[in-house]
Amino acid sequence: MGTAASSASGPLQTPLHALHRERGARLVPFAGYEMPVQYPAGIIAEHRHTRGAASLFDVSYMGQATLRAAAGHDAATVFERLVPGDIVGLAPGQMRYTLLLAPDGGIRDDLMAMRAADSATDLLHLVVNAGTKDTDVAHMSAALGGRATVERHDDRALLALQGPQAAAVMARLAPDAAALRFMHGAPVAVAGFPCLVMRSGYTGEDGFEISVADDAAEALARRLLAEPEVAPAGLGARDSLRLEAGLCLYGHDIDRTTGPVEAGLAWTIAKRRRAAADFPGAAPILAALVSGSARRRVGLRPEGRQPVREGADILDAAGDVVGRVTSGGWSPTLDAPIAMGYVAAGHAAPGTSLAVTMRGKAVACAIAALPFVVPNYRR
Amino acid sequence: MSAVRFTEDHEWIRTEGDVATVGITDYAQQQLGDVVYVELPQPGRALARGDEAAVVESVKAAAEVYAPVDGEVVEANGALEGDPGLVNRAAQAEGWFFRVKLASPAQLDALMDEAGYAKFVEGL
Repeated sequence: MGTAASSASGPLQTPLHALHRERGARLVPFAGYEMPVQYPAGIIAEHRHTRGAASLFDVSYMGQATLRAAAGHDAATVFERLVPGDIVGLAPGQMRYTLLLAPDGGIRDDLMAMRAADSATDLLHLVVNAGTKDTDVAHMSAALGGRATVERHDDRALLALQGPQAAAVMARLAPDAAALRFMHGAPVAVAGFPCLVMRSGYTGEDGFEISVADDAAEALARRLLAEPEVAPAGLGARDSLRLEAGLCLYGHDIDRTTGPVEAGLAWTIAKRRRAAADFPGAAPILAALVSGSARRRVGLRPEGRQPVREGADILDAAGDVVGRVTSGGWSPTLDAPIAMGYVAAGHAAPGTSLAVTMRGKAVACAIAALPFVVPNYRR
Repeated sequence: MSAVRFTEDHEWIRTEGDVATVGITDYAQQQLGDVVYVELPQPGRALARGDEAAVVESVKAAAEVYAPVDGEVVEANGALEGDPGLVNRAAQAEGWFFRVKLASPAQLDALMDEAGYAKFVEGL
């Protein structure tokens, strides 16, 4: 968000920075920004509010961009050169989770791609991670080689309204948005503000992601927070919600050194794309699909109540290191610690007993099926 | 009489006779956020000043609790095992961590008093 909104040397700020302070947020550095980790309610209360009602998250640090084809090209077709998903098959206004892949099959980023809702307009809306947005845009522009251009929207904020009551809130402020199906989006006025609304999110709940111009973001956020169902939530709850939903956090659970098969993201590789083998890293990725990967992303349920943390070694019964924790924390829904990590394929079956070393002590863990908490998407 | 002293690592220690009660400060619990797990020292354990005496974990972070003074652990606050959130609700009262029999009461003189700690936190 607006480099213009930042001080010369300090962290970047989103257009909601003053509102966060006003609501008593505890601010922490995140991907170059100063963002709320929690409000006075606390992470567990914010998490439960999201699962029970609706929470508003400021995710303006995410990278928003538009991909437009050059004359004689088609946006979806040229974008498929970079990702393994079925982009050509997207209906107007439909969106898909996909991966920017490297030639060795590593994951450069995970992102959302949406075809313009207006069928006469040939463009894709992209939402990428904060920490990778600079390199993503440079990479995409170079790899598209004049067949398309990628324009960043650093002048737009992104608000996520998430929870089972999000749709009821939207029905009052933007009936057209409330009618959107899951993983679809459209330009819609929300409380009178022009927005691009997508029915999507990162919490395992029904909800909306709302792209809005920087200069309207605070007024819109205040309007949403004035609804009786809505409370603000920070990065802490966002992390525990996505971990319960089994969703990957880029730079932790997936990165340049992990491939889609071992990450459990082979479902993002469309059937047509497998047959054509026409995406970056197709050879190693398709080989892993056939022979299986050496390691696999798994869920972990530690015994007892002590959370296990990112970076901890995972050991087998003999005490040999067979993997590593990539995300660990607390599940308010299960009232227990949960974690994700990679283990050697032979130890990846749900129910397998392993251990995680924390402070030199072994904490018993069992492999658990993902997600930990079944998502509540509105299909 | 009882006096409360504070460390730069955000422990408090309140002495009553030759026994002192140790916990983390209200500032520390605010920084940690929702506490979900506390690991306490066993009674009988001999602690030297600076030893890692306990562990406190919140939803987001883990932190060590250091012994502010030398002494032998005489009691751990069992209430924290079933209700670690007590640390958030009453960090400087019912949310205490453990009690030690002081080995060198003079060590307390090196710690901050309440006003000194308030000033220390203000500067963070």
